[in-house]
Amino acid sequence: MKFDTVIIGGGLAGLVCGISLAKRGQRCAIISSGQSALHFSSGSLDLLSQLPDGSAVECPAKGVEELVRQSKEHPYAKLGVERFVELAEQSKEVLQWAGVDTVGDSERNHYRLSPVGVLKPTWLTFRGYVNSEKATALKWKRVALFNAEGFLDFYPQFLRDELRAMGTICEVHTFNLPELEQIRQNPTEMRSANVARLFDSDGAIDALAEIIRSQKGDVEAVLLPAVLGVDCNDGVKRLEERLGCEVAVVATLPPSVPGLQVQTLLRRYFQELGGVYLPGDTVVGYKAEGDRIETVYTSNHGDIGFRADNFVLATGSFFSGGLEADNEKVVEPLFGVDVVYTENRQAWYDRDLFQAQGYESFGVRCDENFNAQRAGRTVENLYAIGACLAGFNGIKDGCGAGVSMLTALHVSDVIIKKK
Amino acid sequence: MAQQSEFNFEQCIKCTVCTVYCPVAAVNPLFAGPKQAGPDGERLRLKHPGFYDESLKWCLNCKRCEVACPSNVRIGDIIQAARIKHSKKRPGLREFMLANTDLVGSLASPFAPMVNFAVGLKPTKMVMDKMVGIDHRRTFPKYAFGTFECWMKRQRRKQAKFARQVSFFHGCYVNYNNPQLGKDFVKVMNALGVGVQMLKGEKCCGVPLISNGLIDKARRQGEHNTALIRESVVEKRLPVVATSSTCTFTLRDEYPHLLDIDNSDVRDGVEMATRYIYRLIESGVVQLRFKKDARRLRVAYHTACHVEKLGWSYYSLALLRMIPSVELVELDSQCCGIAGTYGFKRENYPTSQSIGESLFAKIEASGCDVVSTDCETCKWQIEMSTTKKAIHPISILAEALE
Repeated sequence: MKFDTVIIGGGLAGLVCGISLAKRGQRCAIISSGQSALHFSSGSLDLLSQLPDGSAVECPAKGVEELVRQSKEHPYAKLGVERFVELAEQSKEVLQWAGVDTVGDSERNHYRLSPVGVLKPTWLTFRGYVNSEKATALKWKRVALFNAEGFLDFYPQFLRDELRAMGTICEVHTFNLPELEQIRQNPTEMRSANVARLFDSDGAIDALAEIIRSQKGDVEAVLLPAVLGVDCNDGVKRLEERLGCEVAVVATLPPSVPGLQVQTLLRRYFQELGGVYLPGDTVVGYKAEGDRIETVYTSNHGDIGFRADNFVLATGSFFSGGLEADNEKVVEPLFGVDVVYTENRQAWYDRDLFQAQGYESFGVRCDENFNAQRAGRTVENLYAIGACLAGFNGIKDGCGAGVSMLTALHVSDVIIKKK
Repeated sequence: MAQQSEFNFEQCIKCTVCTVYCPVAAVNPLFAGPKQAGPDGERLRLKHPGFYDESLKWCLNCKRCEVACPSNVRIGDIIQAARIKHSKKRPGLREFMLANTDLVGSLASPFAPMVNFAVGLKPTKMVMDKMVGIDHRRTFPKYAFGTFECWMKRQRRKQAKFARQVSFFHGCYVNYNNPQLGKDFVKVMNALGVGVQMLKGEKCCGVPLISNGLIDKARRQGEHNTALIRESVVEKRLPVVATSSTCTFTLRDEYPHLLDIDNSDVRDGVEMATRYIYRLIESGVVQLRFKKDARRLRVAYHTACHVEKLGWSYYSLALLRMIPSVELVELDSQCCGIAGTYGFKRENYPTSQSIGESLFAKIEASGCDVVSTDCETCKWQIEMSTTKKAIHPISILAEALE
């Protein structure tokens, strides 16, 4: 099989890179070993919320200047300030192409509501999810919160208490539908995706609207868990039309319905552009010629290899198998490219779970073009993007999605310009 | 790096991703879902077999949970192995009838016109439903008058003339129901300069035996077939090719995973017909020549579950794309609901049809002339549940050849 570019990893970074290349006429394949971290999405994408020294970032476009000073190894430092702003704008556009509608921009962070009711700074929030311009309050004074009866992956009481502390009065209600009774027969399977599937049908939205209307009282907005449809992502809009008041949803515990929807939309768009997406397959070997990768081999395709001009590692971090650790070292398992990590194992972890963990900033060593290296030598046609990269803490610094999308788009430009 | 446990059982980190992709859990709340039925339940079953729960029978063994799993846990295998090990339910008349596709086929084939007529009748269907538990709404596949093996025996001399040779695992469906697909395969192979041989006395791959709980028989047939494959692949150096995706998957992966048959020396020598042809064409040794005046055909390709698991829809799609007269629509990969003999059972019928519902709607909306799929049971399901015919990619290819 011959491609222009083969991308290893089918999550946010891999798909955005693939879309950007396919859109410009490249023939791309994405090899994906199981579903991605998008299935744990909060309903928002972060760009930059905090600097390594712990100070908060309100304006990512400005904050990145200080970030570059504080951390030379951060992927954003490799992009530079100007490129950062440009790529952040492009990222929003790529999502739009695929049908992912978001609010927010890189000028100023807004705030998303976490599943337990904490406001957290973020960059882009999927349309229909609770968000706020302020760090300390929502825009509503009075809301009604509805949960599906028996749905355990959502915590209305936590939300109610936190909202009240912010000055929003929140009444908690539950709703029930005959179809929910069906799902409840098996309580362990009453998960977000199974509940959400119900609301792909207009009938279920009608019935839900009827219940909400009779119970909500005089409120400015109705809040619900993010379970209003899987195939259809306009559940909020359909409910608003019926209720005539504002509706917004809050992310649940995994599996994340918004993440699942974004994954599906990006994949579908990539395939519409002619991209080949190979799910459930793992790269198990490769053939190199000097400082170039010629072919990769996978478990499903055996001796039929994937030849390409360029290869992109978008394999994620430890969870997705992009990095592996044993007692002494951290390695990148597919090509054995150089990995940045601390040799002193004591420094891998902090005993305080809520502190930044050393291992979180381990990852693949790259030059400014995001070319990977082996034993210090650049592998000319192998690039690394997203969570497998070294030099950042996506959770603590609120930059995981931003690093994935910006490095993906940057590398797609590097590859296109090479030709 | 973590040590490997059986079926990578210990790699499960309870992330719940598999539960999203289970076609059964999405429509049938009686099924505990892949996580609960698989690794979660296995923890308990390891402590005490009493924790086994007969609701595992709802699993249709599509393996989509395995394709979705980010940690490479063989969830589907865990569930099937637990059924094999613990199920107390003994196979009855229905299971015997559905599982023994080759025995039933060899009995029905000589009387094909009568059998087809009789099983199509409403009273027969009602009796089968009430007495045996085979759903009366299900359309039975037709039997062919005269088997593929019979036809092939007359081809022996002609096939031997080709310099390049391949062994064909035709499976029960080609032999008893659709010899034409086998003939199409031979036609395509011959056009590529390849002669076709049969294995010496192949038996049913065993997949219906496994899913109906006749494990000992499945293992015996698996060992028999593996010996035949070994003779072809190791001794004669001939790859074994099959048109049926599920036969292919069973011969390669279910044998070692579920029946403990070691086929590691020959597994890579077994592949799907479309992959074999793709390999020949890509290596540049052969070329396909197509009819100039072929009628334009809009084809919607459906990825069967076991093709998804094998990861090989790429080859079937690539071949269909090579045909100038074919306009290809790639349907989103999803389960059609039939899962071999699963959808024939009365208690499974509603689950089976609910799973397929959105696929049927997409097929109707696609504006296709025909559906194409590598799986015979998907074909039955699609033909019964939509207005479209479903044709194997090899038959579409055979028709388009000069």
